[in-house]
Amino acid sequence: MELLSGAEMVVRALRDEGVKYVYGYPGGALLHIYDALFRQNDVTHILVRHEQAATHMADGYARATGKAGVVMVTSGPGATNAITGIATAYADSIPMVVISGQVPSTMVGTDAFQETDMVGISRPIVKHSFIVKHPSEIPEVIKKAFYIAQSGRPGPVVIDIPKDMGDPTQKFEYSYPKKVKLRSYSPAVRGHSGQIRKAVEMLLAAKRPILYSGGGVIMGGASEQLTALARLLNLPVTNTLMGLGGYPGSDRQFLGMLGMHGSYTANLAMHHSDVILAVGARFDDRVINGASKFCPNAKIIHVDIDPASISKTIRADIPIVGPVDSVLREMLAILAEIGGAPNKESMASWWKQIDEWRGTGRLFPYNEGDGSIIKPQKVIETLYEVTKGDAYIASDVGQHQMFAAQYYKFDKPNRWINSGGLGTMGFGFPAAMGIKLSFPDAEVACVTGEGSIQMNIQELSTCLQYDLPVKIVNLNNGALGMVRQWQDMQYNSRYSHSYMESLPDFVKLVEAYGHVGIRITDLKDLKPKMEEAFALKNRLVFLDIQVDTSEHVYPMQIRDGSMRDMWLSKTERT
Amino acid sequence: MRHIISLLLENEPGALSRVVGLFSQRNYNIETLTVAPTEDPTLSRLTLTTVGQDEVIEQITKNLNKLIEVVKLVNLSESAHIERELMLVKVKATGAQRAEIKRTTDIFRGQIVDVTSSVYTIQMAGTSEKLDSFLQAIGTAAILETVRSGVTGIARGDKVLSI
Repeated sequence: MELLSGAEMVVRALRDEGVKYVYGYPGGALLHIYDALFRQNDVTHILVRHEQAATHMADGYARATGKAGVVMVTSGPGATNAITGIATAYADSIPMVVISGQVPSTMVGTDAFQETDMVGISRPIVKHSFIVKHPSEIPEVIKKAFYIAQSGRPGPVVIDIPKDMGDPTQKFEYSYPKKVKLRSYSPAVRGHSGQIRKAVEMLLAAKRPILYSGGGVIMGGASEQLTALARLLNLPVTNTLMGLGGYPGSDRQFLGMLGMHGSYTANLAMHHSDVILAVGARFDDRVINGASKFCPNAKIIHVDIDPASISKTIRADIPIVGPVDSVLREMLAILAEIGGAPNKESMASWWKQIDEWRGTGRLFPYNEGDGSIIKPQKVIETLYEVTKGDAYIASDVGQHQMFAAQYYKFDKPNRWINSGGLGTMGFGFPAAMGIKLSFPDAEVACVTGEGSIQMNIQELSTCLQYDLPVKIVNLNNGALGMVRQWQDMQYNSRYSHSYMESLPDFVKLVEAYGHVGIRITDLKDLKPKMEEAFALKNRLVFLDIQVDTSEHVYPMQIRDGSMRDMWLSKTERT
Repeated sequence: MRHIISLLLENEPGALSRVVGLFSQRNYNIETLTVAPTEDPTLSRLTLTTVGQDEVIEQITKNLNKLIEVVKLVNLSESAHIERELMLVKVKATGAQRAEIKRTTDIFRGQIVDVTSSVYTIQMAGTSEKLDSFLQAIGTAAILETVRSGVTGIARGDKVLSI
């Protein structure tokens, strides 16, 4: 057996786990490990400009691939800078392994230089965490961390490693475990067959069924089974913000996103349904609106890997705990076995009703303006055309995020990358970088605003160093759009600190970082200049697009109302 | 409703803080908490009492079960069980009071475990309700100090919590 130092074990274990990229930033407590990184070529380290960006890069990679992203940060400020990114991953159940340096074990608790209690600080926002007590534990701890991060309901895992654990003069036998078993952790491997059969029977008897799916279908790799079931039963489908791409966005059975900024059709169909099949979704407050008025006539079948997500906000009539792909597969098998089909007549009248709600125009109607002013919605529609609907779209947080979710029709899973649960501004750009690194031939765009992009704009420098030609689509309205919208609607347009004075000249800024900047101010230039940007395959291009500041995101559900209570424009409501 | 939740926990540093952290993080109550290693030194037995609606208790047990270090869990209040709490009380015991306190202690089946010329220290075990009644019977004026262990419990009959 080979003898390795703790620091070497960290790097070797990452290699043996199949890790290609680590995103991080060095510092005192990590220097042994960084030296071990330097002396090998299997694991590539990407040096970010701020630790938060490292976590979002790892997160973007994880969301696009389904595998855990790996982050390395030093003790103290390195660790605390990573916290926002860890919380972002936790809120959206994204697998991530964060290795944080710590002061030497002999100094822990002495208020040493760059000491923080990382395990304590991160405790409420991790799936689990470890402190390494002896170098020989390292391979097993790393194996366990990946296993926990990637199985069950995924999430971030922190490994805190005191500096002395990596001491290069102390060598121990190294072998990487093939498997780990934890007596106290065994996520469900299949759903309860009796419950699944009951669910199928309920679906077949339904007159107005609807399928509501979320991020669990994306991370659970179940979009194929979901699509098959929806097609077989002719179900109308709606996705949560996290679930977009779980069912083809351009398909006739797709009603658009639901919830606070969901489509009129999807929210009405939910409200009037009699059976809701919820798959890998958690009845979030941004989806259900007023819990007491939620879908008054619906029976609920809830499939989720996490028992704590079931009956948390809305009581399930048929709870099914299990991996969504396996549960859906079993539903399909039962349907094949009993050969049942939904009642043709009631489904036809349900679809007739839905098609009436949907109408013939856009799923999300908007006023196109005077032909010169650029509407933010139009930017996303143009982006969809220019990228032929096949790009990875990473988004920041705000109005632009909602417009992207509404107007870019995702036909594939893992293509829509956004911070849904935590709503982290500054997420989109580094996430796009993490995706581009692993999919160099794919189109990767970051939809952002002038507020969000400035929260991690320093990463333009990282992009130059590692040649990451992402396209940044900046919907620049000179204001924090979503804050402003709420101020318009609830605070009589008193724009308290939602206006950004002294914005930088983004084109010059991007050029200073060595990239290409293009400003677009007139609608007629939008498509040609966007095409020009995407034609520059090997360059990072920043499109600074001046859009209409007065635009709001609609529909918008009316607080504490039912699913169907919505503002449809500044003057109309349901 | 008051519930007694008992769990087997990996006897590892940080495990307890995760249990306690969960309660504050999710705005649940802990009324009492007691924890000690079992006959298997790799496991601790933790018992806590909490108050909440059934839906809240369901979420508490589900979220406790999700903690990696929680090996097994039982809500003792859901079936027949035995609950005990240990209490030590220091009371003023002078003059005529001495005999009165001795009598009350005997009625409650407590023991006087330490005696000075002016103070009795009484040990008592039982349900929380019984301990409360005893304190009421003695009267707050006489009480110098009380210390209670928090509730611990075990299911009746064949049911056991073990791995």
